[in-house]
Amino acid sequence: MATACDIAMTQERSEIDGSAPVVAVESLRKTFGSHMVLNGISLSVDRGETLAVLGRSGTGKSVLLRLIIGLETPDSGSVCIHGQNIVGLALDRMGEIRKKMGFLFQHAALYDSLTVAENVAFPLIHHRKDMSRFERNERVKQLLSEVGMEGNLDTMPSDISGGMQKRVGLARALALEPEILLLDEPTAGLDPISSGEIDDLILKLQHERRMASIVVTHDLHSARTIANRLALLDQGNVVIEGTFEILQQSDIGFVENFLKLS
Amino acid sequence: MRTARQNLVQTMSNTGFTPVATVNPPLPGRGDVLIDTALNSTMGIIGGFFEWFGNLGIFFWQVLRAAVTPPYEWRELIRQLDEVGSKSFPVVVMAGSAIGVIISLEARYSLSRFGAKSMFPATLVYSVIQVMGPIITGLVVSGRVGAGISAELASMKVTEQIDAIEASAINPYRLLAATRILACILMLPLLTLVSDGCALLMGWFAQTLVEPLSFHQFIQDGFKGATFSSFLPQTFKTAVYGLIIGLIACFQGMRTRGGAEGVGRAATNSVVLASLFVILADVVLVKFILVVFP
Repeated sequence: MATACDIAMTQERSEIDGSAPVVAVESLRKTFGSHMVLNGISLSVDRGETLAVLGRSGTGKSVLLRLIIGLETPDSGSVCIHGQNIVGLALDRMGEIRKKMGFLFQHAALYDSLTVAENVAFPLIHHRKDMSRFERNERVKQLLSEVGMEGNLDTMPSDISGGMQKRVGLARALALEPEILLLDEPTAGLDPISSGEIDDLILKLQHERRMASIVVTHDLHSARTIANRLALLDQGNVVIEGTFEILQQSDIGFVENFLKLS
Repeated sequence: MRTARQNLVQTMSNTGFTPVATVNPPLPGRGDVLIDTALNSTMGIIGGFFEWFGNLGIFFWQVLRAAVTPPYEWRELIRQLDEVGSKSFPVVVMAGSAIGVIISLEARYSLSRFGAKSMFPATLVYSVIQVMGPIITGLVVSGRVGAGISAELASMKVTEQIDAIEASAINPYRLLAATRILACILMLPLLTLVSDGCALLMGWFAQTLVEPLSFHQFIQDGFKGATFSSFLPQTFKTAVYGLIIGLIACFQGMRTRGGAEGVGRAATNSVVLASLFVILADVVLVKFILVVFP
């Protein structure tokens, strides 16, 4: 049976014409102990496209992102980045793939012993050895300015709010100019104004950089604002996938309930 | 395992008598349940022990592979050398000094009883450098540094900071574990020298308060007939303690689960296990040194 990787390769949907799926997961299964989290789901995202993954808590949305960036290993199925299956790759080989990806963690996961500026500089120090210290500092200032945090260069992460931490996390995720952006609950726990600001920021970045993005969220309003397509997960399966209008027209009970209660 | 009651039922069956008990088997007795529980828990402990060692072996292999392949994390290594060395320095100085005074008091009393007071300098020097200095330094550093490394990495693990490092295409085994383990390996012999020095100085000082003895004379008598092989292997064996402390602390820290409680558990387990393995390693290393450097 051909996987999404094979299909992408055989159809020669090259990156050059921009039609190849940048991220494609096929028949992905993941269990923790006896608990089935993902039950053979398949999804793909093209360049410049944003896919929002919605669902109840514990339906495996965050696990899906961790599988895509290789922080978890699936029980079966494939995860293809630019047509290359990354499942089972060695850590250093995986590192080369990860340089093309930016990941915003749910709680930002900033390094608490480093300042805001040092957090953003961290990937640059390790991967852009060609950059001088001056160039790196300028790049950090530019990234923090893009997310509206240019005034907090020397602040420690513990001294800024959750929303500000997410902005810094986003700046860090963008440091290596990724082609793929994975966002885990970017607006969770934020007030409506901060959520709106984060949404605007993501939209602006999408417009400027044309990255392939996957956003995991509970926030239907946010998903509707930033995503081209939405996928609704339930019990480890994709219940429905498509535009917000397609979800609205669905007569599946779970989808109707989810939209009504969100 | 058959119980006495089951044997009785079997015997009665063999004689043609069908006891009611075979139709309605009795619930297991309290003794059976206790034996089953004890067996299960023993098997669980043994299984857990081998699983822990297996995972530690895999972890060590991953760290070793990461450590010998570029890019090398020199900046982080220097930071860790400073962390391990400078932060342990005061504790090692105090522990070494205390050990020197204790050995001095005990040795003077014991040697006086046998009329061998002239042996005091050599007794102190050999006791400190060959026995007490290395093991005390190992135990003090396993408490101070082992707990610190384990708690730091455990905290990073539960707040997804280690995942963030990995997601940034940086090998956490190279950046976090290899640097800390290497720093422990390199710093332990140096800290042992510091501890030995303090112990000898304070041991001499304690002796001088009771019976004046010049420091020059003390050193001359203490090291009379000594060769490098008398002391160097004993000092440099602590590099193995460093490997044990660093490896166990990083391993316990980086596999932590379960929030603040998990962080506390990782730090405690790290100190207990590292101290235990340092003592066990000492047993093996003492024998090894006696064989190789007779």
